[in-house]
Amino acid sequence: MQRFVALFESLDRTTKTNAKLEALVAYFRAAEPADAAWAVYFLTGQRLKRLVGTRELREWTAEFSGLPPWLVEDSYEHVGDLAETMALLAPEPGPATDTFALPRLHELVEAKIRPLSGMQDDARKASVFEQWRQLPVTARFLYNKMITGALRVGVSKRLVTRALAQLAGVDPGLTAHRLMGDWQPTPESYRSLLLAEGEGGHDHATPYPFFLASPLEDPPETLGPASQWRAEWKWDGIRAQLIRRSGETILWSRGEERLDGRFPEIEHAAAGLPDGTVIDGEIMAWRGQTPLPFSLLQTRIGRKKPGAKTLENAPAVLIAFDLLEVEGRDLRPRPLRERLELLLDVVEAAGPEVRTSEAVAFDDWNALPELRASSRARGVEGLMLKHVDSSYQVGRRRGDWWKWKVRPYTFDGVLLYAQPGHGRRSGLFTDYTFAVHAGDELVPVAKAYSGLKQAEIDELDRWIRNHTRERFGPVRSVEPMHVFELAFEGIARSKRHKSGIALRFPRIHRWRRDLAVDDADRLADLERLIGD
Amino acid sequence: MNPPNLLLPDAGGLYCPAGDFWIDPLKPVDRAITTHAHADHARSGSGDYHTATDNLPVLATRIGEAAPHHGHDWGRPFDLGDVRVTLFPAGHIFGSSWVRIESDHGTWGVSGDFKRAPDPTCAAFRPAPVDVWLTECTFGLPVYRWPSPAQVVDEILDWWRECRAAGRPAVLFCYALGKAQRLLAELSRHADETVWLHGAMRPLVDAYREAGVEMLPTRLVSEAPKGVKFAGELVLAPPSAAGSTWMRRFPGHSAGFVSGWMRIRGNRRRRGYDRGFVMSDHADWPALLETVSDMGARRVITIHGNGEALAGYLRDQAMAAESWNLRASLGGS
Repeated sequence: MQRFVALFESLDRTTKTNAKLEALVAYFRAAEPADAAWAVYFLTGQRLKRLVGTRELREWTAEFSGLPPWLVEDSYEHVGDLAETMALLAPEPGPATDTFALPRLHELVEAKIRPLSGMQDDARKASVFEQWRQLPVTARFLYNKMITGALRVGVSKRLVTRALAQLAGVDPGLTAHRLMGDWQPTPESYRSLLLAEGEGGHDHATPYPFFLASPLEDPPETLGPASQWRAEWKWDGIRAQLIRRSGETILWSRGEERLDGRFPEIEHAAAGLPDGTVIDGEIMAWRGQTPLPFSLLQTRIGRKKPGAKTLENAPAVLIAFDLLEVEGRDLRPRPLRERLELLLDVVEAAGPEVRTSEAVAFDDWNALPELRASSRARGVEGLMLKHVDSSYQVGRRRGDWWKWKVRPYTFDGVLLYAQPGHGRRSGLFTDYTFAVHAGDELVPVAKAYSGLKQAEIDELDRWIRNHTRERFGPVRSVEPMHVFELAFEGIARSKRHKSGIALRFPRIHRWRRDLAVDDADRLADLERLIGD
Repeated sequence: MNPPNLLLPDAGGLYCPAGDFWIDPLKPVDRAITTHAHADHARSGSGDYHTATDNLPVLATRIGEAAPHHGHDWGRPFDLGDVRVTLFPAGHIFGSSWVRIESDHGTWGVSGDFKRAPDPTCAAFRPAPVDVWLTECTFGLPVYRWPSPAQVVDEILDWWRECRAAGRPAVLFCYALGKAQRLLAELSRHADETVWLHGAMRPLVDAYREAGVEMLPTRLVSEAPKGVKFAGELVLAPPSAAGSTWMRRFPGHSAGFVSGWMRIRGNRRRRGYDRGFVMSDHADWPALLETVSDMGARRVITIHGNGEALAGYLRDQAMAAESWNLRASLGGS
């Protein structure tokens, strides 16, 4: 893993995208396929699951470093990254290990890391301690990352894709496609990533890369003639790709998780589709003619085998809005209007749980704002605007697909708790909890950690340190004094929260220095928004 | 039974009632003992200053000479009120001291800031026995362990070489008093090129030079002819210059920061530095512990920084230890 450590160091030592790209290309050019395959795996954000828990890692760190557990906790709170904390706390390997040659990356992962999942506790600890004793600090940090979770090192999956595409001499869209789905970190898979265009194929389960819309910031009339655009409702569900190939139905989420078995009614309906069909759409909870709130769909997400009661309470459908493949033919380069015509034909063969939705009819741009304003009443997030001649592209490309969401809800909340952030924000108080008034009390309703400028974060961090009332582990309660405007997308009743409500995607809009605590909203103001 | 405290937090520093003086006060007082010239220890406006003889020129550069400055040689006691004061070198920056106070109620030591790693610009920390040791605790967590300065200097030289090969300016951020001069002195053992300075660095570099510290030759960036792009040149600048329009003079530069804080990856990434070099003028965790032991103190009080963890750790080792917050003695925010 000498090369991988060097790659990590060069990625970590620059903030410039081009320098990172160069480092990746140089690494992939030189690395052995067996090692490079694992590098792709980790750098694209995949992780080996259930090897070592974070609680174990803390306990073992205390034992290994000879420090009291509370001091390991304090150190972790300060560093903000457990793998790094451990790497920093353990003594450096002594001179006896100077001759120790770093193992190859694939050897380390396949012979030392993957087997951890099947070991007894004592054996796992012994194996981890063995690596800690041998690996120098940077390798130890990377090892800790690989055994506990994702390796985030300041490169995106997209950048790794670009580097591989550059090396293979193919379009990054093809490389993105090759990396989709259950990509396996084997030398063979790695070699097939580097094939020229037209060489090699895809596994029948491999989904296409999703085409993502960009948020529309300018008024829609800036897009040109309205007749060239199709409007659709923006459904508030789970974006999914339905594949029907080789007599099998495969359902992928946009996060590239296989959803097989979770939505049996959709799979059942899809069984009638001809082989070589791929549909892009949105999974929605749906009854009769009406979409159900996202909170109901949420009851389905975690269930691998939903029971009869769950299926009855939150019946699901796939709203099909694009056709990517028909009769095994890749339709993505064809214009949207053509794909949609074919989609209407194809969906005929499926059951009612796979359905199309009609376009939102509008004659000119002036009609759209009013339609958009009706989104909440219809249970949708807003409008999608798609150019009728648009091809189906890879990832988030501006120009042909836009999302024009309804404006979010907002409320004014009081900062009540803060805790340090992680990664780039480690050591700063950046994770906040906000409350609203309920009688004489302040009741927490939302956690949020984005939306402030760095200068504001720094200022708030200093203030929090000087105005801490109590500490609960890493969490501090502060004097109720600062009011923030928060935005959110939806609200539902919740038994799990003291406030009785749960907000969807809360985030900080701005610091309302002009407001005092008394000016913050009341719980009743939020409850009124629940549409049940 | 503990005797009464010889010192107590006041005016952002420590007050000694028996000697009627303050150590490193942040507010003007009648009589101050100043351990060193950093702004969080030395402030203008006090009536009278006592400091190490070596520190006189640096202190004058920083706070002016409106009030009398009394220089004292290291290891030579002087009396203030009912106590006897001795300054010893602290190894932090040129002219920095720790303060020993002997009284009928025992002997107390106040660290100011200190380090134990070698530094060509200043006298090494000299331990002496005390009953109570008030230790700075800027890096008071076990994650802070410094690599050897020689290794870090090599890393900096390698980075400078890489920048030169790529034709990019190498902009190295560091504190203007202490770290900048330490780097110039360390680098002078391996290089002889002229280093470019941000204007804020100049008076202090001059003060060190006049005191006889050997350093690389320097020139001000503002003296460079128009159009110079500083390709492959090393530029020293204070952290406050990062992100300012001044940085436009160095197109395509690589930015490094020399500080103990760079031990933590998140600190570097958050500030957007390309490279972090772990070199500090403060004691790391092992040096804090080593010094507690070298001073032979029966009681330890942590001041400045992350003190709770060190005090807690010492208490776990059955020592008397507590943490004092000197800033809180300022009142208000």
